Amino acid sequence: MKILSTPRMERCIGCHSCSLACARLVHKRLSWDTAGIRIMSSGGLSTGFEAKTCLACDPAPCAMACPTGAYSQRKGGGVVVRRNLCIRCGDCAKACPVDAIYLDGVGEPFVCIHCGRCVPFCPHDCLEVVESSGRLPTEKSVMEGTP
Amino acid sequence: MSRSDFRVLIARLATGRGNVVNFEGRDTEAGGSGLAAALFNEYGDANKPWDDPDQPLVFAIGPLTGYFPLMSKTVCAFKSPYHDQYAESHGGGRSAICLRLADYDALVITGKAEKPSCLSIGSRHLELRDVHYIWGMDVQASGKMLRRMFGGSGHRSILRIGPAGERRSPMACINADTYRHFGRLGGGGVMGSKNLKAIVIQGDGSFDLPEGTEYSKLFQEVYRQLTATNMMDKYHNLGTPANVAALNELRALPCRNMQKTRDPAIENITGERFADHTLLRNTACSGCPVGCIHVGFVREKFMEPNQYLYRQVSYDHESIFATGSMLMVTNAFSVLGIIDMVEKMGLDVMSTGVALAWATEALEIGIISEKETLLPLRFGDAEVYKMAVHHLGVGSNEFYHLLGQGTMKPAEQYGGEEFACVLGQEMAGYATGEVFFTAQALGFRHSHLDTGGYSYDQKHENKKMEEAVDFLMRDEQSRVFLTSMVSCLFARSVYTEELLAYCLRSLGYDALADNIHAVSRHIQRIRWKTRLATGFDPIGVNIPKRFTEVATWKGPVDKDYLLALKGEYAKRIMERGKEEGN
Repeated sequence: MKILSTPRMERCIGCHSCSLACARLVHKRLSWDTAGIRIMSSGGLSTGFEAKTCLACDPAPCAMACPTGAYSQRKGGGVVVRRNLCIRCGDCAKACPVDAIYLDGVGEPFVCIHCGRCVPFCPHDCLEVVESSGRLPTEKSVMEGTP
Repeated sequence: MSRSDFRVLIARLATGRGNVVNFEGRDTEAGGSGLAAALFNEYGDANKPWDDPDQPLVFAIGPLTGYFPLMSKTVCAFKSPYHDQYAESHGGGRSAICLRLADYDALVITGKAEKPSCLSIGSRHLELRDVHYIWGMDVQASGKMLRRMFGGSGHRSILRIGPAGERRSPMACINADTYRHFGRLGGGGVMGSKNLKAIVIQGDGSFDLPEGTEYSKLFQEVYRQLTATNMMDKYHNLGTPANVAALNELRALPCRNMQKTRDPAIENITGERFADHTLLRNTACSGCPVGCIHVGFVREKFMEPNQYLYRQVSYDHESIFATGSMLMVTNAFSVLGIIDMVEKMGLDVMSTGVALAWATEALEIGIISEKETLLPLRFGDAEVYKMAVHHLGVGSNEFYHLLGQGTMKPAEQYGGEEFACVLGQEMAGYATGEVFFTAQALGFRHSHLDTGGYSYDQKHENKKMEEAVDFLMRDEQSRVFLTSMVSCLFARSVYTEELLAYCLRSLGYDALADNIHAVSRHIQRIRWKTRLATGFDPIGVNIPKRFTEVATWKGPVDKDYLLALKGEYAKRIMERGKEEGN
């Protein structure tokens, strides 16, 4: 299974094209909040930008927290969301350790579905869709290089 | 979402309350420039002075804002402290998309706050907060405090003023999100006069898009065109500072208070030099994949041994021209050091550089003394200029207070009007010749972006006056539609009228799409009508002697041609402003 990754966020210029694309193409909304990827300024010393998006946990704390089965574990990491089962309790957002789930004004959750439709809109190639088995390439290569 | 009326928030500073108004005119005023003029006519008074508390400060976006890439600008309109006439200043950052996502086509601020205040708005809140404790802080320090005091990091726009704005200086800008500005004609002074230190706009709404796939397909095509053309290279690569070397080579870069138009030392402050040595990163206005904002750095040794601090400073052609070539400061880091001080004070960088260039020449020839300047201003001396910028920002004495009213003000008092590089306001960085000088002197915003006069100069060797003025009128009309959408003008080659019509139709604005020519003519007319009603006399505009003394690659500027252009353009502006119509 493929997942969205954000390996080159140091290149981000803060144009929000990815968030706007997700909202537009996946959720049919004009927004930079109701999107599976959201860009924040990191401020402080690094003064760059960071992406709030699903890290494709497996097992996913949000799925375990969901009381109605609206969230279920996605193969390869992340979650599958069935909106018709959601009661807008917000437990998924509370459970997410990296604040990747946005709740809109009526409590509807928005989370990345790892479709990759945001990727071509990034002008600096910050984003990438990768095989979930091949994620964290740096750690993997370090491990492989360890005797 | 498309609406038949504009949704406008009227925020009243005297009470801290406001109301939402459905304002008519979608099919005639369009948005941006057109909407701002209509709102000024509704809420302002042409005959009251600029600092009357009742005068409005308007921020307006357009029907395409947020919906298409590079529709990322906001039009700020007010009665200007610079000339007490109706004015526009355009800025980007996150301001435009935040207004869109706060669900407003415009924000109109009236009245005066009792105490120094910050106006905070969003799709679900309106608050006026007492922030007297940050009054007096520079723009950078204010920004840090405001970021901590208000939520919504990354999805908000913070507009604020520095000491210059608090003093109501006509050279004070409104800083937008650190690296962008509503720079010209004193919007910062208007905020100061209203006791308004800052405006925080939360873009916290979310809206349904049109049904079907037509809109998203069109977005994709527009995005493709914008990122596939040479725009990405032109504005993303070196950015507008690429003009520094090109204009210097052409003999069209104002240097040393425009005593000359080329200098070999300019090779040290070209776009290439800045990129190679000072560039840290690019950044972007929200909704723009081009990322034209170039951020460099200044590093200061504040203590021995080897204790440094650094700050990030954005630069572009205009700021390099104003603090570099005009002042003959030809070291890239020194230029950034001056820009950094301009940013802290919340001054307009172009006006600041040109004003100090005049003061330096005036001191050189002895019509003013160090009693006035407090400093030995000397072309090339960056450290002295940094201190002078501070004096200008805080208005250290009567001279700096007067200089901050506009370069022509001290020139009228002390002499030296003939070498004040003022074209309506302090000049922009193009000494391309007669058409540009005329265009800025008479242009609506006195901006190099009102029309492509600088480009016309470069493409036409002939001196056909009628043809040139026809171009200026036509080009202004075309640009005024873009600034009503509100597009970044860097995208003007992509956003043709045909493409704009497609975009408008995809959102349901069919009447606008069908009438672009008539609407743009109407907006051009109402803008001039409003400007004229507030006292603009194009026929009385004076172009100082320095502009006729200088030589470009075409040779000496032709004074007769310049005068003929000015006379004809002034006549056409008067005619357009007096045309009958809606």
